[in-house]
Amino acid sequence: MASNEEILAGLAEIVNEETGLAPESVEMDKSFTDDLDIDSISMMTIVVNAEEKFGVRIPDEEVKNLKTVGDAVSFIASAQA
Amino acid sequence: MPRKVVITGLGATTPIGGDVPTMWANALKGVSGARTIEADWVKEYDLPVTFAAQVSTPASEVLTRVEAKRMDPSTQFAVVAAREAWRDSGLEDIDHDRLAVSFATGIGGVWTLLDAWDTLKAKGHRRVLPMTVPMLMPNGPAAAVSLDLGARAGAHTPVSACASGTEALHQGLELIRSGKADVVMCGGAEAAIHPMPIAAFASMHALSRRNDEPERASRPYDVDRDGFVMGEGAGALVIEAEEHALARGARIYGELAGTSVTADAYHITAPDPGGLGATRALKAALFDARVQPSDVVHVNAHATSTPVGDKPEYVALKTALGKHVDNVAVSATKSQTGHLLGASGAVEAVMTVLAVYERTLPVTINLENQDPEIPLDVVTSERTLPAGDIVALSNSFGFGGHNAVIVIKNV
Repeated sequence: MASNEEILAGLAEIVNEETGLAPESVEMDKSFTDDLDIDSISMMTIVVNAEEKFGVRIPDEEVKNLKTVGDAVSFIASAQA
Repeated sequence: MPRKVVITGLGATTPIGGDVPTMWANALKGVSGARTIEADWVKEYDLPVTFAAQVSTPASEVLTRVEAKRMDPSTQFAVVAAREAWRDSGLEDIDHDRLAVSFATGIGGVWTLLDAWDTLKAKGHRRVLPMTVPMLMPNGPAAAVSLDLGARAGAHTPVSACASGTEALHQGLELIRSGKADVVMCGGAEAAIHPMPIAAFASMHALSRRNDEPERASRPYDVDRDGFVMGEGAGALVIEAEEHALARGARIYGELAGTSVTADAYHITAPDPGGLGATRALKAALFDARVQPSDVVHVNAHATSTPVGDKPEYVALKTALGKHVDNVAVSATKSQTGHLLGASGAVEAVMTVLAVYERTLPVTINLENQDPEIPLDVVTSERTLPAGDIVALSNSFGFGGHNAVIVIKNV
């Protein structure tokens, strides 16, 4: 089980790989769409890569609730618990 | 008179050069782009053909990592070549509603398609990423180029196997002549050096098996030719209505004077042995360009180096040009680049345009014993053209009986 910091770092790596955004710009309060300009196709790619990295399942109906990076970190943390 | 159309920008990424200046310098010198494939899958599948002509500069060295990640290799090559052609054209502030794309491919995103299939089998449907669809679609290269340039007068994708790249110029010319566009980014891209296409082409005995001498394998017109060499890459040409080019003081390489496309309706893969479809294409292209057979100075031949393919093209040239065929200097540049399938016509169009513009012909390598049944004047060492008007042709033929010809004139 990973800590929130570890999940954030791992997520930042995935976002960087997909979009080229600097990992340090991926912060807990950032909105995927409004701040990071991530479109739905990139979001699905990030979700699938996060599932593999953290060994969790993020259902499609849950993805729309992951508005900020923090939402995703919390979801992954609770799914791992 | 139809609108006159000129060529104002050139781009390429090929096995003998990652840009036009490098490719052209090598094409005049005569080098082979064929090498043994350094990938585990050659041994893994025990492929009967272990070499190919891969691009000399990987697209990953030109594009950003994120750009490359969202594109199939075929689209990566298209974008690399189109950006070079666009820069070369000097076009800047134009009406993007009058800018079109005609970018061909023979196969499309075959790497993406087969990688996704492998992922589905190994890891399940969840791991098949959403970018898979736009990356595998054959209109991917045209769409990516349209997006990159902001070309809004339509993005077209001619698909006619190995005639595709030449057909892209045919469609581009029609778009300008019909008044639907003023500028068209034409080209072709292919990235099919993957074990499955190699297995499939090898299965139809289309590929050379000269595994111990890849550099000598592509040998059009030679008696010992035994098949083509798989190539990859892209070529791109900016074509433009003459009045549009003149108004902005553009450098003009030459005129795209005429084109034609015909179908053999003879056999799905074998060329018509009498070259009838190709002959009709040659005659129609000359008619379209309003030139006579005796005006033709140079031909960039399709000449893939297959035992059965090279001769019907000669027969067609002889029928279309008559006795004048003996006076025509023929270059078979696939001897150097390998066969770029749907991109070959576009790369060869770039070479033909440069031959006309610089009055210098690219060379044919590996011609050691010319097939006596193909007595063409083949250019085997650098040759310059004398002053005077030049009419040059570039031919492409594809499985399915597709024949496409373009006519380039000096300006």
